[in-house]
Amino acid sequence: MTPTQRAFAIVVSILFFLFVMNAIRRRAVEIQYAILWLAVAAGIFVLSVWYDLLLALSRFIGAVVPTTTLFLFGILFLVIINIQFSMRVSNLQTRLRALAQEHALLVERVERERHDAAPSAS
Amino acid sequence: MADALVIIPAYNEEHRIGDVVRELRALALDADILVVNDGSRDRTARAARAAGATVISHPYNLGYGATLQTAYKYALRQGSRYVLQMDADGQHPPEEARKVLDPVRRGEADVVIGSRFMAGGGGYESPWARRVGIRLFGALARALTGARMTDVTSGFIAVNRPVIALFASELFPADFPDADVRMMLHMAGYRVQEIPVQMKAGPPNKSMHGGALALWYIAKMLISMAIVRSSRAPVRPDKEETP
Repeated sequence: MTPTQRAFAIVVSILFFLFVMNAIRRRAVEIQYAILWLAVAAGIFVLSVWYDLLLALSRFIGAVVPTTTLFLFGILFLVIINIQFSMRVSNLQTRLRALAQEHALLVERVERERHDAAPSAS
Repeated sequence: MADALVIIPAYNEEHRIGDVVRELRALALDADILVVNDGSRDRTARAARAAGATVISHPYNLGYGATLQTAYKYALRQGSRYVLQMDADGQHPPEEARKVLDPVRRGEADVVIGSRFMAGGGGYESPWARRVGIRLFGALARALTGARMTDVTSGFIAVNRPVIALFASELFPADFPDADVRMMLHMAGYRVQEIPVQMKAGPPNKSMHGGALALWYIAKMLISMAIVRSSRAPVRPDKEETP
């Protein structure tokens, strides 16, 4: 890895880390996701300062060039987190639907009871 | 309060819903009428209320299946013993309502489905692609359950109290409750009966399964049927007590 590449990787990982920290500080992400993204930031940082680890990893999985290792794990990570997100969105949608139904049923009931309580007003 | 409830899911039906409700009331079915307004942008709720129906309005559009489910939840809480489900667009003529509801009221079946494809049924010709689709899904559901189904997309249905409880549960699909629900009913062992009814053509471009939605519908239905087939039969609330 050339010094330019290394410097760029380190800068990117630090910026990413600051971005995540700021999101946590503003409570924009839940703590479980915060931990995940901090781990990602740490991973990028470790790989950019410790190039031999990437080379060892590449040998381990049988990749010819280290970039393959990076892309492989990067894409795998994105796919997994996307599946996880769609499960979460489905779950939220189910809850939201039940909540909207419950709300509609309650509104009808409140209106009916109000109407029954005041039979003179129509 | 009547022992039966007629439920009508409605989305942007201000021009038709009033007539459907009035015609139903004129029949003196001894049933209350509930219109569930699925976040319509027109005055569906006002028209239905003016015609004498009870109206529940979703705060926003939730879809056909979820709208039916809201109605079944209401029926369950109100203590209705029978529910007759029909469409708001005039496709299901109110004068056929008694035909669908009565066998359930007499206890001859747990579920009665109005079919326009049985001998004596009919009324209008749907587009050929739709007819082919209905036949295919019917054949597939039959192959998977062994039960004969001629009109799996029919929304002209009467059910009794145990089925009301099943439809109010989270097992009921939120989008298109068709062949998958029919399979669920057969797997749970409910007595399902199809009877021939006359239906009218719905308004153009309003059909749930038309146009670009067709492929989406087919994919969803196939997956949904596979899920139902691979799941255990739903627990029957009315059979839980028996040893």
